[in-house]
Amino acid sequence: MNEQKTNDLILQTVTKLVSFIILLFSFYLFLSGHNAPGGGFVGGLITSSSIVLLLLAYDLKTVRSILPINFIYVAGAGLLLAVLTGVGSFVFGAPFLTHTFGYFHLPILGKTELATATLFDLGVYLVVVGITMTIIQTIGEEE
Amino acid sequence: MIVIAKIAVAILILMGALICLAASFGTLRLPDMYTRSHAASKGSTLGVNMILLGVFFFLWFITGEISAKILLGIFFIFITSPVGGHLICRAAYNSGVKLDERSVQDDYNGIRNFVIKRKEDSYL
Repeated sequence: MNEQKTNDLILQTVTKLVSFIILLFSFYLFLSGHNAPGGGFVGGLITSSSIVLLLLAYDLKTVRSILPINFIYVAGAGLLLAVLTGVGSFVFGAPFLTHTFGYFHLPILGKTELATATLFDLGVYLVVVGITMTIIQTIGEEE
Repeated sequence: MIVIAKIAVAILILMGALICLAASFGTLRLPDMYTRSHAASKGSTLGVNMILLGVFFFLWFITGEISAKILLGIFFIFITSPVGGHLICRAAYNSGVKLDERSVQDDYNGIRNFVIKRKEDSYL
């Protein structure tokens, strides 16, 4: 995987395990932001930190081949999503960025509270991941 | 039951704090970088893990909440902290930090400059 003969075996093996734990924890923090500490910002930062760990253990090229994403588009999609959740309240005649919630019966989870603020949070999450990864990849590839 | 749990939690947290203190004394007193890293990484891993285990048992027995976050934190520190110590030691060795003069053997001596040579074409 690496052309240069470095002995990064320990770091790379641990990264394979640990980055999934970090991704799972960031997903947990993102979903728990309504009733507990967490939310889109922290979740996005921790997700991008797991990708940064991959960048440190492997090459920039390897990570590009794993995640062939232009992260500027991720940030743009997040901004678009956040604005659309604000604009969507105009459809129901409410002021801008009015959020609502409801209780639904989901198959496995049972009675769950679903709020439209989660969609706004998803926008924040995508913006944070996109901006952080764009900054770090831009710094990393300049020599 | 509650009294036994409180005593066990107190012992765990106190032992963890004392092991962290011993690790910091080792970091201060040991002669060169490698023995210091030996003290710091091992001691702080065990100390922090014992403190976290004490907090986990406190939350479990006293407030009745099983916190998976703390278990995940214990697992995470147990994996990552020795790897951090390993990487710091390897970086120090490759950048030429001397061993203590009382050391008798250095088996890596011939291949020390290996990473320094490829510093030009590394990414980060």
